[in-house]
Amino acid sequence: MAGPVDFRPSRRGMLGFALAGAITGGLGTRAAQAQRIATKARIIIIGAGAGGTALANRLVQRLDGAQITLIDPRAQHYYQPGLSLVAAGLKPAGYVVSRTTDWLPSGVTLIAETATAIDPETRTVSTENGQTLGYDFLVVAPGLVLDHDAIEGFSLDLVGRDGIGALYAGPDYAAKTWQAASRFAESGGIGLFTRPATEMKCAGAPLKHTFLIEDIASRGGARGRYEMHYACPQPVLFSVPIVSEKVRMLFGQRGIASHYGHTLTAIDPGRKTARFETAIPDPATGTVVKSAAEMPYDYLHVIPPQRAPAVIRQSGLSWADKWTDQGWVECDMKTLRHLRYPQVFALGDVAGVPKGKTAASVKWQVPVIEDHLVAAIQGREGTQTYDGYTSCPLITRVGRAMLVEFDYHNNLVPSFPGVIAPLEELWISWLMKEVALKATYNAMLRGRA
Amino acid sequence: MKELTFGTLIAVFEEIFGRGLFWAMVLVAAAVTLAYLYVLIRDRALSMRKFLWAQLSMPFGAILAVVFVQRMTHSGLRDIGGPIDVIVLLGVAVLGAVGSAILVYTVQSLMRPPRSRQKP
Repeated sequence: MAGPVDFRPSRRGMLGFALAGAITGGLGTRAAQAQRIATKARIIIIGAGAGGTALANRLVQRLDGAQITLIDPRAQHYYQPGLSLVAAGLKPAGYVVSRTTDWLPSGVTLIAETATAIDPETRTVSTENGQTLGYDFLVVAPGLVLDHDAIEGFSLDLVGRDGIGALYAGPDYAAKTWQAASRFAESGGIGLFTRPATEMKCAGAPLKHTFLIEDIASRGGARGRYEMHYACPQPVLFSVPIVSEKVRMLFGQRGIASHYGHTLTAIDPGRKTARFETAIPDPATGTVVKSAAEMPYDYLHVIPPQRAPAVIRQSGLSWADKWTDQGWVECDMKTLRHLRYPQVFALGDVAGVPKGKTAASVKWQVPVIEDHLVAAIQGREGTQTYDGYTSCPLITRVGRAMLVEFDYHNNLVPSFPGVIAPLEELWISWLMKEVALKATYNAMLRGRA
Repeated sequence: MKELTFGTLIAVFEEIFGRGLFWAMVLVAAAVTLAYLYVLIRDRALSMRKFLWAQLSMPFGAILAVVFVQRMTHSGLRDIGGPIDVIVLLGVAVLGAVGSAILVYTVQSLMRPPRSRQKP
């Protein structure tokens, strides 16, 4: 059958097509911004990390005339979720580093000094060079400190040498961690991975590092010549039971041995031995028996105990009856507002709430604090609440991850139910971590996500 | 994700590629699309000969797109873990295929316009 060689669409058809496109394109336009609120409030934010920066950007959009001051001596901003990738040789150290000032909006003041004292009674903050600033509202978001000295025999100079890694310590140490880990992945031996007994940033990171190094070793020169051990003080692998069980199964499949009730207390780099305080329930009586144990290693990953900065612990803002060795800020779980000083909010790692020391938590916490702070300026009560949302793209291989999201109640709260299964190892979850996460994080810093 | 609005999506893409590169890519895509519409309107016909070449380029575009994405993300076919991964992979392939078809068709039309209009 002979037909026309050319296809000739009608003009009306083309116009209809163009119109449909234009309508679809317009669907996503954002609603107009709410009107800015005129105020002379003095707001101090201690810390210009993920939380402080994101909040400052959002407050500037909401408030007109507020005096917003950030106090943070750190010139560099670290994209901390990227440290796991640096420590696995997937990104260079520079991937996580930017300048603090790159993210701050105009109209805020940055004091590049350490806050040395907070007096919540007189509502003042003092800095290292002797400035004393009064505030109407204070947001404490200084992050946390890594207590490396708590591990006898360990110092940061050791990282990258003699099979020792410590990826939490910053981008350069994460890169050095990869130097040590890659030697293990090539030559094999015993890999020993730890986590601290205290609350910690991103409880998924110790697992990610274990999974990644195992995966790289299984493809590298060490194939068939290495063993993997994961030692943790807790009786489980993850605080959310359903996730913990999944990780337990994956560890089983990958041949990673778990040692529960093991708290790293000391290392002997000369003998390549780690010492643990152990607390293991007696199988017969169920009572916990405390003891000590030594384990050899060829590669050791150290994550030290983590605590609130000294200025927080000395200010009287910490919980008196919880986490007394760590000093997290006493605040309402839902509003992050201090329970004794309503002008004070705690944001990010330093907040004394059961979960939420991740950037994803910060993203959920910032709008809640913004809401309550702006409401307080207007003389009303805020309405938004934080329910402990935390997200962890739990990497299980180079190329695969589980997008684990949960709340205070240990419920899984998947963002894409029915599409991205939370407990399935997926390429798309890896793509999110590798490609989209930093972008989302940066958009959050700018107050746009 | 807390809220996925169009504005957030733009912000995310700006951050992935950098503001300059992202908008440059948008402009290139828009320019190719406009050029495609231009040759369609100019010629008032879809040349089946050019369309055949465009179709032949589609598998190469598909494979190139998949390889590009895998190279950029340190991953490979062994990482496909579930149905959604297959859908994403096919989506990337389809985008590459359609993109290369439009590009090849447009380039042919721009370089070799029809010699003479068909007489009525």
